Amino acid sequence: MRKLIRRPEIGAVAAFLVTYLFFVVMTSGAGFVSADGTAGWLNLAAELGIVAVPVGLLMISGEFDLSIGSTVGMASMILALGTRYFGLPDWSMILLALVAGGGVGLANGLAVVRTGLPSFIVTLAANFIVIGGTMGVSRLIANVTSSSVAVSDPVKWLFAARWDQANIAILWWAAVALVGWWVLSKSPFGSWIYATGGNATAARGAGVPVDRVKIRLFISTGVAAAFVGVIQAVQWNSGNATYGMGYVFQAPIVVVIGGVLLTGGYGTVVGVVFGTALFGVISTGIFYTGWNTDWVQLFLGALLGVAVFANTQIRRLALQGR
Amino acid sequence: MSEPLIELQNVSKHFGPTKALTGVSLAVHPGRILCLLGDNGAGKSTLIKVLSGYHPPSAGQILWEGRETRFSEPREARKLGIATVHQDVGTIPLMSVGRNFFLGAEPVRGRWPFRRFDSGHANRVALEQIRAFGISRVEDGEQLVGTMSGGERQVLAIGRAMYFGARLLILDEPTSALGVKEASFVLKMMTQARAAGAAIVFITHNARHAMSVGDDFAVLIHGEIAARFSRGEKSREEVLNLMAGGDEMAELEEHLEGIH
Ligand SMILES: Nc1ncnc2c1ncn2[C@@H]1O[C@H](COP(=O)(O)OP(=O)(O)O)[C@@H](O)[C@H]1O
Ligand SMILES: [Mg+2]
Repeated sequence: MRKLIRRPEIGAVAAFLVTYLFFVVMTSGAGFVSADGTAGWLNLAAELGIVAVPVGLLMISGEFDLSIGSTVGMASMILALGTRYFGLPDWSMILLALVAGGGVGLANGLAVVRTGLPSFIVTLAANFIVIGGTMGVSRLIANVTSSSVAVSDPVKWLFAARWDQANIAILWWAAVALVGWWVLSKSPFGSWIYATGGNATAARGAGVPVDRVKIRLFISTGVAAAFVGVIQAVQWNSGNATYGMGYVFQAPIVVVIGGVLLTGGYGTVVGVVFGTALFGVISTGIFYTGWNTDWVQLFLGALLGVAVFANTQIRRLALQGR
Repeated sequence: MSEPLIELQNVSKHFGPTKALTGVSLAVHPGRILCLLGDNGAGKSTLIKVLSGYHPPSAGQILWEGRETRFSEPREARKLGIATVHQDVGTIPLMSVGRNFFLGAEPVRGRWPFRRFDSGHANRVALEQIRAFGISRVEDGEQLVGTMSGGERQVLAIGRAMYFGARLLILDEPTSALGVKEASFVLKMMTQARAAGAAIVFITHNARHAMSVGDDFAVLIHGEIAARFSRGEKSREEVLNLMAGGDEMAELEEHLEGIH
């Protein structure tokens, strides 16, 4: 039991359960717990969750990525302009979008390890560069900053299939979470991620290639963001340079709520998944209560404050006795 | 005496205008403990960083088993069997004992893509190794290293280096943050490593600790070797005098009386 209390995800799991029950009671009869209501918050959490898992691993390694938002928009525009304006095959444009996302991640990673500048600033700059670049290039090519897409049925199914209200993105989220969990808690690379964030000098001394670990994680956040860009473009049948801007801070917020230390070195994928689910529940739960959805922001802000505080406490407990 | 395992010849290291090391020559032999003594800022840490591949020397050369060698990163030095245990950065506090022990050399089981860290094996071996050196308070390999005492962590780090067959063990102030009992634990462990044939560089500014296990001694002052001698050639007072550069001897003696 004492061991359980020290797990980094414990706060997020507890907060999720309490919040969920709170909304169950507050919205009784309004359909929050129905299949459609459940699909609603899962849909919302899923797309954010696909990015939040790799962002969580990156933050455990001690780095930030605030460029994910504009990468979502960029990927959606690549798919839209490529298929609609140039009439290129959808599969190759999806591949190009993912490679471009990986490219943004690679550039972020190289810039961070080469310059030693804080990734917070480097990727914030990258966020503006990517969205500005996407808009500029889109205007040059087609004089638009959003465009509809033209994709085949298999692509539509794979990225936007729907069963009643539930999107296929939920399954993608589950798959990404499973892979993230495996990498972090089962593979040797997971030890390297924790060590890189926990003590980079010691990790380097032990033979861990810390720069490569970071670069790989930056690439994974870029690819994941591009993947969400593709999902959104197919789902809404359009690309837009401003897609994903909400994720810039939502992703790190749910990661911290999920129990990842801001300083790196501690956290779990299970925690990040519950942090993301919590975000989904709050965002849709408020809607079912009939209250003004402006309260979502307040709720999240308070939760973030509590989470940061709780994480330091859990860390202190974890380092205490046995 | 046997051939040196590693030898520095006229090594200098400058950081811009700061001359951290100037013309340092020394040799470390298998089965012997070389104590590197010196005040704060004397260049001890810089010297071990040169030995373990963190810094290339600005001038001079490094010989490994008589052959000239250059390390472009710590990983290369590690491959040769050079293991460095830093004073406080040797382990990752929020990681388990098993994962810390095998960091950078993780045992795996299963086939790709299901190849995974073998935590059972890692935890078992890590516990066995630290038990062999008398650490019995740790019972679970999943326990976070941050919950262990400073001495236990040193033992874990040195035990790990020895398990992976370190031929040169570099210990930066391993005893200075420890209590008397834990320090003697670590000193005993060093003599065990020496008996197993490892060459050891022991950095300290505690003359008592140095005199109790050292075979060879080098005193570093302002980045230069000020004195070099072997066991029994100098008394503790002489050593302290050398380390302090001859000053403030009375104060040191007083301090020494306090320790007795
Ligand atoms: N990376 C570095 N950059 C610049 N100066 C350094 C660096 N490392 C050490 N120095 C300088 O070199 C000198 C020797 O330092 P150090 O080797 O840490 O001494 P010691 O370990 O004996 O206390 C000091 O003046 C220190 O400020
Ligand atoms: Mg030092």
